[in-house]
Amino acid sequence: MSRVEARAVRKAYGAVKALDGVSLTFEDGSFSALLGPSGSGKTTLLRAFAGFVTLDSGTIAIDGKLVNDVPPHRRDLGMVFQNYALFPHMTVAENIAFGLSVRGAARAAIAERVEAMLRLVRLEGFGARKPRQLSGGQQQRVALARALVTRPRVLLLDEPLGALDRRLRQEMQIELKQIQREVGITAIFVTHDQEEALTLADRVAVINEGRLVQVGMPGEVYERPATRFVAGFLGDANLFEGRVAGGRVAVGGGAIATEDALPTEGAPAILAVRPEKVVLAADAAGLDADLVNRLEGRIVQAVYAGSAITYIVEAGDRRLIVFEQNRAAAPLGPDTAVIAAFAPRHAVLVQP
Amino acid sequence: MSRLSQALLGAVLVFLYMPIVVMVVMAFNRSALYELPIEWDTVWFQALAGNERLLTASMNSILIALANTVIATVLGTMAALAFARFRFRGRNLMRLLLLPTITIPWLIIGTAMLVLFFWIGIGRGLHAILLGHVALSIPYVVIVVGARLAGFGPALEEAAASLGASPWQTFVRVSFPVIAPGVVAAALFAFAVSFDQFVISYFLSPPGVSTLPVEIYAAIRKGFTPEVNAISAIIILVSMGLMLAFARLYRFGGERGS
Repeated sequence: MSRVEARAVRKAYGAVKALDGVSLTFEDGSFSALLGPSGSGKTTLLRAFAGFVTLDSGTIAIDGKLVNDVPPHRRDLGMVFQNYALFPHMTVAENIAFGLSVRGAARAAIAERVEAMLRLVRLEGFGARKPRQLSGGQQQRVALARALVTRPRVLLLDEPLGALDRRLRQEMQIELKQIQREVGITAIFVTHDQEEALTLADRVAVINEGRLVQVGMPGEVYERPATRFVAGFLGDANLFEGRVAGGRVAVGGGAIATEDALPTEGAPAILAVRPEKVVLAADAAGLDADLVNRLEGRIVQAVYAGSAITYIVEAGDRRLIVFEQNRAAAPLGPDTAVIAAFAPRHAVLVQP
Repeated sequence: MSRLSQALLGAVLVFLYMPIVVMVVMAFNRSALYELPIEWDTVWFQALAGNERLLTASMNSILIALANTVIATVLGTMAALAFARFRFRGRNLMRLLLLPTITIPWLIIGTAMLVLFFWIGIGRGLHAILLGHVALSIPYVVIVVGARLAGFGPALEEAAASLGASPWQTFVRVSFPVIAPGVVAAALFAFAVSFDQFVISYFLSPPGVSTLPVEIYAAIRKGFTPEVNAISAIIILVSMGLMLAFARLYRFGGERGS
């Protein structure tokens, strides 16, 4: 259990700024996601924590102690690699035992601890197998057990579930979170999958172009994206770009009301609205009174996805994306005239 | 496999092995003039036992090949590790410069070495032959071990480091076991390069000192004696045995996680 702090961390590869002044604190026992597109610098940051990246400037501290000059093998961190990086010439038990045996632990103590780890990741009886004889999910669990066996201060995970198929990934998400709670370790994982970040983490740090864009609890980051990038990267968003006029944002074909504090009259402003916050109705009579932002349009496309339906609605020269639960007797067909409505509190002011 | 490709493969194998089979069979023929029918006899093996020159040359060859194998494999493996895991100035150029020594004819390299060794006072002799063989073998080792290293990337080493292994522990317990099959293959290569080597050995051997290929060449020029068949038969059996042992070992060690 430990606290990890990055302060004004910078790293450039030639002209590319992988990390451009990132400051971030991970609290004791927290489970945090570093979320960003590929090339955003999230993996570089994780590798800097592990000690595999030498920083150009800035500091990394664990439990208040500067670790910039501590080599990886003395940082006492556990790491799960993207493709697990299990040692192919060792059995599962030998893989898990590795961290203890390089520290010179006693044989009996190692055997006992390895058994406990195998139980933790539900792989009892698999100790004698070679990694290649295991499925992807099982290899993933071995990698996790191997990283946790030495009771490290921090667990780092690089796209831990990226190599698994969808169903297995969902199962492992639940399991990973359970194990993290059970062990009570400070864990930081890198992912480009926003759903994974929202499901697993209790804190999400969004990184883009080497900078920290926003950090917060999953709900905060999703419901109140700080920038246009976050709005678009974490889920889908309808963006309304316009200028402030009379306490609203004037866009082509009307003005959008919001509860957010707007900049001065005439200044440019962008509002983001999540697709599931938009309600579709055949006429204004059926709409709740608080849905004051109303756009008339027609359905261009309805994408059926079982439990939900995604509508593309054309309103003026604007296209809206709308998610609806599959509750209606029949989905609305193309060319149906609709009113798309949403409440002012769901129109979030975002930075460009 | 179709019948045609089977027949083709058979023809290739016959073409490849026929001369070798003839030589081995003739080693057991009493006649020195390759007369048929064969009279089976081990007379040439007995003659070989009394042929000091051929035996001394064989011993020289074996000793040089073994020394070369050890030196070239160690140096070449270290070079391959450096090329694969470190970024340093001139890395690409140095790696590129390793390749031409494989393609430049040995005759030219041998002449160049002879001239250089005279200039700088190394001269000729077994030490010069060994030096020449090591220089010749290293590129093969770097390439063979490098191919193995490229197959697993730095992730395993980083994993070991993250688990608390020092660089030395990482090498001994992870990197080396994983590349070991490549190192064994490279060592066999180095042994073969040295044991087969004629041109450089010929150029760098002073009168009275020779290796097996040089001695066989001399024997053929002076008048062929079937002892050469006998020693060749022994060498063929030993090297095929080594090759088979290696094939087993490599498949065993070559298994990798997916």
